[in-house]
Amino acid sequence: MKTNSKSADEAKERLKLVLIQDRTNLTPGQLEAMKNELLEVISRYVEIDPKAVSIFMDQEGREQRLVADIPLKPAASRRRTR
Amino acid sequence: MAAKVVTVTSGKGGVGKTTTTANLAVALACQGQKVVCIDGDIGLRNLDVVLGLENRIVYDLVDLVEGRCRLRQAMIKDKRIPELYLIPAAQTRDKSAVSPSDMVRLCDEIRPEVDWILIDSPAGIERGFRNSIAPADIVLVVTNPEVSAVRDADRIIGLVEAEEKGPARLIINRVNPVLTKRGDMLDPDDVLELLAVELIGIIPEDESVVVSTNRGQPVAFEGTSKAGVAFRNVARRLQGEQVPFLNLQENNNGFFGRFTRLLKPGRV
Repeated sequence: MKTNSKSADEAKERLKLVLIQDRTNLTPGQLEAMKNELLEVISRYVEIDPKAVSIFMDQEGREQRLVADIPLKPAASRRRTR
Repeated sequence: MAAKVVTVTSGKGGVGKTTTTANLAVALACQGQKVVCIDGDIGLRNLDVVLGLENRIVYDLVDLVEGRCRLRQAMIKDKRIPELYLIPAAQTRDKSAVSPSDMVRLCDEIRPEVDWILIDSPAGIERGFRNSIAPADIVLVVTNPEVSAVRDADRIIGLVEAEEKGPARLIINRVNPVLTKRGDMLDPDDVLELLAVELIGIIPEDESVVVSTNRGQPVAFEGTSKAGVAFRNVARRLQGEQVPFLNLQENNNGFFGRFTRLLKPGRV
C-alpha cells in the first residue's frame, strides 16, 4: 500500500466520514459526546479501560450501525484494585 | 401501453441531468419506444435546447396544468425520430405553479399513450424535486465521481427512499479514465461502495457531448461516440436487457483499449 499518495483515496475516506454524518445527522462533536456519555453510564456498573474501548459507525449497505467493543476488566482485578 | 415514469435527478446542479434525460429519451425512441420527456425545471428550462427543440415551443407544462391547452398541443414532436415528444417547462413562472399531484395527474393522462415518460428534475431538494419524483416509477440519480456530487447523490438517494420511490438507480456521469487510472478520480466501484445502490450506467467524459449540445443533437443519435453508446446501454438496461458494464479494475492492455472494446456498438 502506498502512503496516501492518491487523491481519489483521500476523497473516498473523506466521503465515508461525511456520509456517516449526513445519514445519522450527527456532527463529529455530538458523536464524541455520545461516546463519552455511553462510557460514563457503563462505568457506573462495570469497570472498563477507556483506552481499550472502540466505538464507531459502520456502514452495511445503506444502513448505519453503531458498533461498540468495550472490554470489561475481570471482577477479580476489580476487587484487587479496590 | 402503460408508460413507466422515469425521473432523472441528482441533488447537485451541473452533473448532467438534462444531458442524461435528453440522451435516454433519444436512445429509447431510436430503439422503437414511444417517449415523452417533461422538463421539470420550471423557470430554468433547458431540456428544449439540449434536444434542439427550443424554436418549436408554443405551450408549456404550466399552460397544460392550468388548462390553457390540451395535452397534444403541449407535446412537441421531434421530427428526427418517429416517437419522441417534449413537454417544455415554463420559463417565466416558478416551481410553485405546479404541485406534486398535478404531476401525478398529468403522467396518469399520458401513461396509456406511450412507453416511457422521462422527467428531468431540477437540482435541489425543494418543490421542483418533489414535483418531479411524485409520479416516478423509477428514479435515476446522476452523479459525477467527485466529493460534492457523491455527497448530494447520497442525500437524494435517502430522500427517494423516504418517499418510498426507491431504490434509486445510479448513473455515474463524466468518468475520466485517465484521471481514474492515475488515482486522481474516484473509481466507479468506490462511488458504488459509498452509495450502496444499484448501478445502471457509467458514462465516460466525452468531448462529443459538448459538441452535440452545441448543435442540439444528443450524442445518443449517432453511433460512434463513447458517451452515446453508454447512454444507449442505459436505455437498454431500462428495458430489462442485460448489458455488461466496463470493468475499471482490469487494465492489462491499456485502460482505453478495454474501455473502447466494451463500449463498441453492437457488443452486448
